[in-house]
Amino acid sequence: MENSDPRLLLLSPADNVLIARVALEGIPVGFKIARRAISAGEKIIKWGAPIGSATCDIVAGARVHLDNMKSDYLTTYTFDGEHRYETGH
Amino acid sequence: MESIAMKPDTEILGYLRPDGKKGIRNHIVVAYLVECAHHVAREIVYPFREQGVNLIGFSGCYPNAYAGRMMKQLCTHPNVGGVLLVSLGCESFDRSSLAQAVRESGRPVYTVGIQNSGGTKKSIEEGRDWIRQTLASLENTPRAPLRVDELIVGTVCGGSDATSGITANPAIGRAFDKLVANHAAAIFEETGELIGCEQIMANRAATKELGHELLASVDKAAKYYTTLGHGSFAVGNADGGLTTLEEKSMGAYCKSGSSKISGLIKPGDVPPRGGLYLLDVVPDGEVRFGFPNINDNAEIAELIACGSHVVLFSTGRGSVVGSAISPVIKVCANPETYRRMSDDMDVNAGRILEGAASLDEVGEEIYDLTLRVAAGTPTASEALGHQEFVLTYKSFEPIGPSCLPS
Repeated sequence: MENSDPRLLLLSPADNVLIARVALEGIPVGFKIARRAISAGEKIIKWGAPIGSATCDIVAGARVHLDNMKSDYLTTYTFDGEHRYETGH
Repeated sequence: MESIAMKPDTEILGYLRPDGKKGIRNHIVVAYLVECAHHVAREIVYPFREQGVNLIGFSGCYPNAYAGRMMKQLCTHPNVGGVLLVSLGCESFDRSSLAQAVRESGRPVYTVGIQNSGGTKKSIEEGRDWIRQTLASLENTPRAPLRVDELIVGTVCGGSDATSGITANPAIGRAFDKLVANHAAAIFEETGELIGCEQIMANRAATKELGHELLASVDKAAKYYTTLGHGSFAVGNADGGLTTLEEKSMGAYCKSGSSKISGLIKPGDVPPRGGLYLLDVVPDGEVRFGFPNINDNAEIAELIACGSHVVLFSTGRGSVVGSAISPVIKVCANPETYRRMSDDMDVNAGRILEGAASLDEVGEEIYDLTLRVAAGTPTASEALGHQEFVLTYKSFEPIGPSCLPS
């Protein structure tokens, strides 16, 4: 994807996703779009930081959301019996 | 990071206090020491509310070490030139220690005791007389150049929406990077909103030991909020384009920019030098007094107690608040909110979303405005008379030796 597309916002040069500045087909404002092809298991990078991983191969230009990525963390934090919250792996 | 030269044309003339601190405002604070003295204090302030006389106070009648320290730090803040304490007379607040701390800082201080002074009417007159005299004497406050490396700037977000994390917050991060590059002290906070990005944050710590302290502060926040039953990632977040907890936290965290983290402080701790600091706002020990910060102004008051001359406030849905003591610059994330509430906003970061400005441009605008506000330009909330202030009960242990590596 071209970073110069005025409809898209690149938050950090290291990112592999872009943000929709305007509503695009199937992609509401503020949602993520693959900046390049992303392989299953690869980290999704936004603001230069990992925000989860791809759960399948994602083609450039596709929407990146609940159906093709997941948290590397827990989606929610919980107590276990020892009053510790889970930090994932 | 590219090196950024200081703008030679932004001359900030600070107010030099007898203790050597330099303020960007020349305020008098009127502080009630229990709710029972609130009305009298407010009435004392009222005729002078547009002359830099600010109302602060603590409502509780039971003593609290945190509240005592907060009040001491606020009453000796660089932006404060004089302090009037308003006491009912029988409350538990240690008014003599507070008055002594202010006196030792070289600032004029006076205590009105409502019971001794003969009630509401006489106390209001007594207080207003003191304000009149003190306002006149503050006109002679010496001025001294204030360099960017002497500035302390805090940041907070409130009334966030899906746009906050992609416009206003990263733009504030850009401004923070430039402030830190120019050796100012920059403070970000709310460890409860950093759950999920603590490791990324710890990797930015100046030392490994500080990194452990940063991790521990977020762990503490997670436990505290879980005990209170505070949910983190709501279903509605996904409707705004957020997919994961770490993504939501990153949206708040990106206000901190990308500089190295120089230290971890707690409310009332003043950064010892320039750099980026995390303010740990979550109390230590068992959960005792309810939510750590009951609203945005409780967080702003803590940033100011850490010496913040000015506070950068990111809002998407549209907050209108300002603060007593230090100016609040409101950076609006959402272009529609900005159009609806432009009188209350200082920066339209929503332009980023509409392609009318880049993150770097808005970051630069926030940086420049911070220096202009420091040089005396009133913010939107100052011009509208906002002087919100909240202080509640909390308890803290002092920071450990690893929190401020030299």
